[in-house]
Amino acid sequence: MLIKKKDDIRPSEILPESDYWNRRQLITALSASAALAAGCSNAAEPEEQTLQATSPKTSNLPLTVDNNAYEKLKGVKTSGYSTTEPPNSFDDITSYNNFYEFGLGKTDPAARAGSLRTRPWSVTISGEAETTGTFNLEDIMKPHALEERIYRLRCVEAWSMVVPWVGIPLADILKSFKPTSKAKYVAFETLVDEDQMPGQRSRVLNWPYREGLTIQEAMHPLTLMAVGLYGRVLPNQNGAPLRLVVPWKYGFKSIKSIVAIRFMERQPPTSWNLSAPNEYGFYANVNPDVDHPRWSQARERRIGGGVFAPKIPTLPFNGYGEEVASLYSGLDLRRNF
Amino acid sequence: MRSRLPKDPVRRYGKPLVFLASLAPAIWISLVTFGIAGNGLGANPVETLLDFFGNWGLRFILIGLAITPLRLLTGNVKFIWFRRMLGLFGAFYVALHFLVYLILDQGLLLTAVLEDILVRPFITLGMIAVILLTAMTITSTAGMRRRLGKRWQQLHYGAYAVGILGVWHYWWQVKKDITEPAIYAVCLSVLFAIRWWSRRKRQRPVGGLATG
Repeated sequence: MLIKKKDDIRPSEILPESDYWNRRQLITALSASAALAAGCSNAAEPEEQTLQATSPKTSNLPLTVDNNAYEKLKGVKTSGYSTTEPPNSFDDITSYNNFYEFGLGKTDPAARAGSLRTRPWSVTISGEAETTGTFNLEDIMKPHALEERIYRLRCVEAWSMVVPWVGIPLADILKSFKPTSKAKYVAFETLVDEDQMPGQRSRVLNWPYREGLTIQEAMHPLTLMAVGLYGRVLPNQNGAPLRLVVPWKYGFKSIKSIVAIRFMERQPPTSWNLSAPNEYGFYANVNPDVDHPRWSQARERRIGGGVFAPKIPTLPFNGYGEEVASLYSGLDLRRNF
Repeated sequence: MRSRLPKDPVRRYGKPLVFLASLAPAIWISLVTFGIAGNGLGANPVETLLDFFGNWGLRFILIGLAITPLRLLTGNVKFIWFRRMLGLFGAFYVALHFLVYLILDQGLLLTAVLEDILVRPFITLGMIAVILLTAMTITSTAGMRRRLGKRWQQLHYGAYAVGILGVWHYWWQVKKDITEPAIYAVCLSVLFAIRWWSRRKRQRPVGGLATG
């Protein structure tokens, strides 16, 4: 059972203060996105000046559409883990999504995710950790600094994007709950609520959407818990308010709109693996040498290249092999796909 | 001078109308592609085109296969006048679907295409359908029909196979939700059922005559 009663200890008593994260700003930001969902876009006026003042290095990202509707996140650091490849447009990233909770079509999430209420948002931490319970999202985020991580995203459907995420290394978040030595895996769950997520009325997957990582994968510095993109609060269709980003794995591992995190001793069941175990493995590392049973994984279509752009070769671990290949030494990646 | 236009209004006005209506999807997607209508082809235009032409190809193949059942149900032989045109539109949209796959999706990388055809069953099925449709398109003229005689009919029974292959190809291709291919499969089954039912009905009176 993942849902637990709130523990006696409040996270504010455990988690240290930080200069980087301003709780008020996250509250403002999250309420802005909630207000947006309700159709009051006036509540989400951008504050450009403040970002310029606090950001050490403002990245020059091409903004092809007006994304001012989403509240800007402040104090976002840049990261050495970011790729120098040009990011996809905000429009592409927010209009072409796989988020079956809002429908099966790629444009369904953008059209239908407005019904998701991202504030208040709480996350239940359970399992093999010293600190467990249900916590407000802002309490979980408060002690940590936000970073921009421009990552390649490779979907199992053989398309890819480059996304400028904003988030916190998952390890930083997990460590604050003090996982025990029994914690060998971390399991994640998406919200279940048919009214907010109308796609859940269809039984296309067995809800809630579930994902999992080994503790080594979860603690790897590349693994990110994202709350924003393009310097702004995450749009609902991209998994607001809190989503995983594991850039060397196929996109379906990067679970969206997370409400539960559980530290586990055994490998947790995961949604696509349960749905079609011969097509989607637990590891799901990007691997051009292991084809999907029905299509090739050797190449990928980079979104945004236009009609005549050729596909590009897919790289092992989505190009992050140098950082992560050692996690899998001795593991047969053909069998453990 | 005698008018060359057919006298029957169904033929005279119906055929051009059906032709234009059948061309409408192609005109629409062209307008969308060049930004004249709609909201563009989306973030993955190649996928949009591939799905669009594949869907319309399958729809026209099913519409073409619906002509004989419609004639059987209504007793109106004039439906037959549209069968070839509709079948050819099916072949037209499937050809566009195939060309988008070959040129835009695979970038004419023939090794990748060959691997797809040999290794991935849903593409093998699609490829067989394309070959059958090409053969039927080439032999669709009245002259070819005369020249081939009985073998023409045998070849053009391939339309049934194309219907089955098309639905099967779609079914195996979808990632998870089989609703749409299932709808096509139901339509195809209904069309086949009508033919089968009608054939049985026709055979019975013949038997009755023989005994009486």
